Amino acid sequence: MQHDEVIWQVIRHNHCSFMAKITAGNFCRNPYNVTGICNRSSCPLANSRYATIRDHDGVFYLYMKTIERAHKPNQLWERVKLPRNYEKALEIIDKHLMYWPKLLIHKIKQRLTKMTQMRIRMRKLALKTREKVVTLPRKEIKRDARRLEKAEKAAVLDKSIEKELVERLNKNVYGDIHNYPVKHFESLLDMEESQIDAQEEEEEEYDVEYLEGDYDELEEEDDIEDFGKLAMDFPEDPGDELDGDEMDAVGSREKKRSGSAHGKLGNDEAKKKKPRVLVEVEDEGAAGRRKATV
Amino acid sequence: MGAKRKKEDAPEMAEDADIDDGGSRDRRNRQKVEKKEEFRPSMIKNKEKRSAAHAKLKHQKKLEKRKTKKAREAADKQALELGEEPPQRSVPRTIENTREADETVCKPDDAELFVANDADEFSSILRRERAPKILITTCRFHSTRGPAFISELLSVIPNAHYYKRGTYDLKKIVEYATKEDFTTLIVVHTSRREPDALLVTSLPSGPTAHFKLSKLVLRKEIKNHGNPTGHVPELVLNNFTTRLGHRVGRMIQSLFPQNPDFRGRRVVTFHNQRDYIFFRHHRYIFETKESKQQDSKSKKGKDAEDKSTGQQVIARLQECGPRFVLKLKSLQHGTFDTRGGEYEWVHKPEMDTSRRRFFL
Repeated sequence: MQHDEVIWQVIRHNHCSFMAKITAGNFCRNPYNVTGICNRSSCPLANSRYATIRDHDGVFYLYMKTIERAHKPNQLWERVKLPRNYEKALEIIDKHLMYWPKLLIHKIKQRLTKMTQMRIRMRKLALKTREKVVTLPRKEIKRDARRLEKAEKAAVLDKSIEKELVERLNKNVYGDIHNYPVKHFESLLDMEESQIDAQEEEEEEYDVEYLEGDYDELEEEDDIEDFGKLAMDFPEDPGDELDGDEMDAVGSREKKRSGSAHGKLGNDEAKKKKPRVLVEVEDEGAAGRRKATV
Repeated sequence: MGAKRKKEDAPEMAEDADIDDGGSRDRRNRQKVEKKEEFRPSMIKNKEKRSAAHAKLKHQKKLEKRKTKKAREAADKQALELGEEPPQRSVPRTIENTREADETVCKPDDAELFVANDADEFSSILRRERAPKILITTCRFHSTRGPAFISELLSVIPNAHYYKRGTYDLKKIVEYATKEDFTTLIVVHTSRREPDALLVTSLPSGPTAHFKLSKLVLRKEIKNHGNPTGHVPELVLNNFTTRLGHRVGRMIQSLFPQNPDFRGRRVVTFHNQRDYIFFRHHRYIFETKESKQQDSKSKKGKDAEDKSTGQQVIARLQECGPRFVLKLKSLQHGTFDTRGGEYEWVHKPEMDTSRRRFFL
């Protein structure tokens, strides 16, 4: 005999293993429950005539239970497949649950609505790519960190980089760039600046004579005062940057080097000046170099 | 312990006597000796006795070590005084020395390697047929140190451009970048408000390397840092030995233009040590230094520099730019495709079981 009332009393007051008490209320974990709340009217165990909608792999099924089959638990729930179309599914529900209590039908339709909405949303999300968070076991994270520390100590980085750079220097990868004897250079610097200027002027005049093709530029170059200005530019620069970084000082030394009468390089630089419009290029060059070393 | 000692002695004596006998007896005796050889304190079951034996063993070892050290120092000193070469020091055993032999280590005269290099995806950039153009972007949620790191990356890698991520799919980004003629795509992934992974994809069809980023130190956190210029930097790639390492090295090389401006004196280093790739960015300068004379103060008795009054060229470095460590997690053959992609190499935890085995 099915006494729903008795069953409900027993379940509710003693213990129902499907009931989950949360701060928000009592919920029912029974998969056949329509609303999900632990209620007298929503309990699938305490109602001999009951129906739900369940979802299997994206297909909705209407499950029904009647009191006629209450003694055959194996065949208790009758299943009807619902069509994909929302309206047609509603019609099918109406057809099957025609003379059932209105409340239950209403709850079932609400459930169907909710589930179709969820299905649409899940499909949309599945199309988008989402980031997956992969976790590493803590042991591995720690082991990794430990090995990193040891590897860092084993790789004496500064020394190995310095060694590599010196090797490259010895293999002459840098050509002539870094090869200047520092002491000779510094002694040159200590010489009076006017001597350097005089040397530069002489060299420039000689070079100007050999170039025949650039008549326009020659006209501009004729002004010795211009030469004088140019020659004065370089010695002025280091004055500005005496307080700079070591790097800056080195940079300024490099500029001076290019300006001084030092071996081939001085001549090359001097030659470079000639074919172009002198005043502008020099300023740009100096300014550019200044930017480069800052 | 006394009983064990007697047993050890007995087979040894027997062996000495029976050396001319048949092989079987020798074998048996040898086996007996081998079984009784190792006596470890861990064999004692009683905790007090065991700890006492262990402490005693350690103390003995310490004394021995001190003795050998003193003997070595005395020998060195004597040799120096006599003007001879000090006796050769034995090479200490390191993890790099005892690394497991790997058959994929690149040999310098490997023709197959050169052919593979010519045919691989980076060869067009490395032969200067295409100039590298980098697209840097981030993961969807990007915060705190991420933007600072990216701005520093932009200053390190020449010709790099930063685009905001938006909510584009990575595959779409890859398509867009190929269309706009980028050569590499770098995605900086942030987790827990720290950049923690780097995805480097070579663009037309290239391999995708997924690195784990750690120990990021930004430029402002480095003391006495320098400011990088705009010159094209030099690259130093150290210790990429195996084929996989070589491939990763070439991938890194294809990020930078192949015409370094030596006047700029900028060097970017990727140093591989035990599968961790250390990134450093320096400005350097060469200086000549008077090499030290034999230091009478130093106790160690250094090997005397043969050029005792000679000039040595050293390089001095000033660090600029960020500092971080990369570890390769996976290398995929095509562009980013986690579902359908073909992976050339994936890191699995079971690869970490041996402490002497490295893959890069």
